[in-house]
Amino acid sequence: MTLRRILRGLGTALVLIVVVSPAILFFLWMLSLSLKYEIDNGAYPPILIPERFAWSNYTQIFQANDFLRYFVNSVIVTGSATLAALAVGVPAGFGMARMKARKSAVIVMIARMTPGLSFLIPMFLVFQSLGLIGTLWPQIIIHLVVTVPIVIWIMIGYFETTPIELEEAAMIDGANRWEIFMKVALPIARPGIVVAFILSVIFSWNNFLFGIVLAGRTTRTLPVAVYNMLSFEQVSWGPLAAAALVVTLPVLLLTVFAQRQIVAGLTAGAVKGG
Amino acid sequence: MFRSRDPLQPSYRPFIAPAVVLIAAVIVFPWVFTLWMSVNEWTLGGSQHFVAWDNYARLAHDTRFWLSLLRTVIYTTASVVAPLILGTVAALVFHAEVPFRGALRGIFVMPMMATPVAIALVWTMMFHPQLGVLNYLLSLVGLPAQAWIFDQDTVIASLVVVETWQWTPLVMLIVLGGLAAAPTEPYESAEIDGASRWQQFRYITYPMILPFMMIAVVIRTIDALKSFDIIYAMTQGGPGTASETINIYLYNVAFSYYDIGYGSAIAVVFFIVIITLSLALLWLRQRSQWSL
Repeated sequence: MTLRRILRGLGTALVLIVVVSPAILFFLWMLSLSLKYEIDNGAYPPILIPERFAWSNYTQIFQANDFLRYFVNSVIVTGSATLAALAVGVPAGFGMARMKARKSAVIVMIARMTPGLSFLIPMFLVFQSLGLIGTLWPQIIIHLVVTVPIVIWIMIGYFETTPIELEEAAMIDGANRWEIFMKVALPIARPGIVVAFILSVIFSWNNFLFGIVLAGRTTRTLPVAVYNMLSFEQVSWGPLAAAALVVTLPVLLLTVFAQRQIVAGLTAGAVKGG
Repeated sequence: MFRSRDPLQPSYRPFIAPAVVLIAAVIVFPWVFTLWMSVNEWTLGGSQHFVAWDNYARLAHDTRFWLSLLRTVIYTTASVVAPLILGTVAALVFHAEVPFRGALRGIFVMPMMATPVAIALVWTMMFHPQLGVLNYLLSLVGLPAQAWIFDQDTVIASLVVVETWQWTPLVMLIVLGGLAAAPTEPYESAEIDGASRWQQFRYITYPMILPFMMIAVVIRTIDALKSFDIIYAMTQGGPGTASETINIYLYNVAFSYYDIGYGSAIAVVFFIVIITLSLALLWLRQRSQWSL
């Protein structure tokens, strides 16, 4: 009986390994590509682990392709768009949940369904007429299209589950609504804010569409920089794969370490930006 | 109005106001402006004048538009069905008690969180006809080499492979949520009644997770219709126009040909397609719940 149970457990573990192998093998291959010299990347049959590691692929993208600048650009755009979305979206989620204004959340849903390009065309004209093209402002502003709906959506869901009794008690004690929000609702909602923050960062960081239209040579974010390497500047695979890994590594690390929050956020609101 | 004077029902409007202003500026304004542009002949950096429905009339006779619509339908159908089946199977596997479930789930979710452009780049290398690892793997099992994204007959199927690889985890997470919420009693009584595992799945599990699968279908449909990053980064709609979906065509019209009036008309039609499909699917979901 126990032997059967062990065998069954092993069987399930085996099935699980099969299920996760497309993900594991892909990222292993990505790492392998990024650490091989040109000759190893062109070898047939393909080599998974080379004899010499090409660490120079990584140094090259920072030296020759100015990746540090693009990294900073990405941090500024994602950071600003996420912080602004939290500043505006957390109180809004609170207000909408307490007003039971479920209908106002519909606009957030529709925003999610709208193709990103239909925001991009009119906003491009606005940025052009304001003379903002060539700065990071257009990208920061348009990333709000991604981040604000995520934050509002998650915060409505979260505030709906937090008990209202505490807030009512504070109200009876004479606290005004601002104090209630700051001192009662906000501390309880901290886990929800973390989820909103993480998802907002990821989907803003990954955004490519807004960047290819709005970014110039000095204002590229990382996804755009990688795409440009692919199409114009680079043909050798090692540095390309290294660049791809550098771009997505922060997000992958976040996924591994905040897996629980990400799963909670995605399944609760079932949201995805972009 | 009256309510806000009730001390126990303070007004929450000040909390919402900043978000309303922001949403009006970056979301509602572009919607309205897109509608306005779509009834104008408008080129980027060029002239602009009102043409009423001309852009929409032009759309009706635009073969390239209709072909892109057809490709979008094919691409979307495949990119919904494949992840739905694989994701549901994966959810059933992850629902079982196994060691390292949390860590393995974290790895399984990585494809959907990773930066799409970075992923597209690595897939492009893997699809390479001579140097790509996929053709090598095919040769190991005795299958002929493919041209993948470099042939107009296989490009859509190849892109669907990437889309499926990327988004199966989302379906898995949603269905897994459904499985976690399901009660265990029906299984116990089914066990006593001698139901087979397939019967248990068909008559207990499946009806319980069906509403969750429908949510996954709705979300997947919206995302697959709008798919841009993967397609654009890997093929730019090529070879030729073989993988040009509506979204790619829309991008080309607006930002390669700078015809933003016509592009806006495409955007409006595209938006209507998405909304109509989503509502239809949500309606289906209601029905799937009633049939429980």
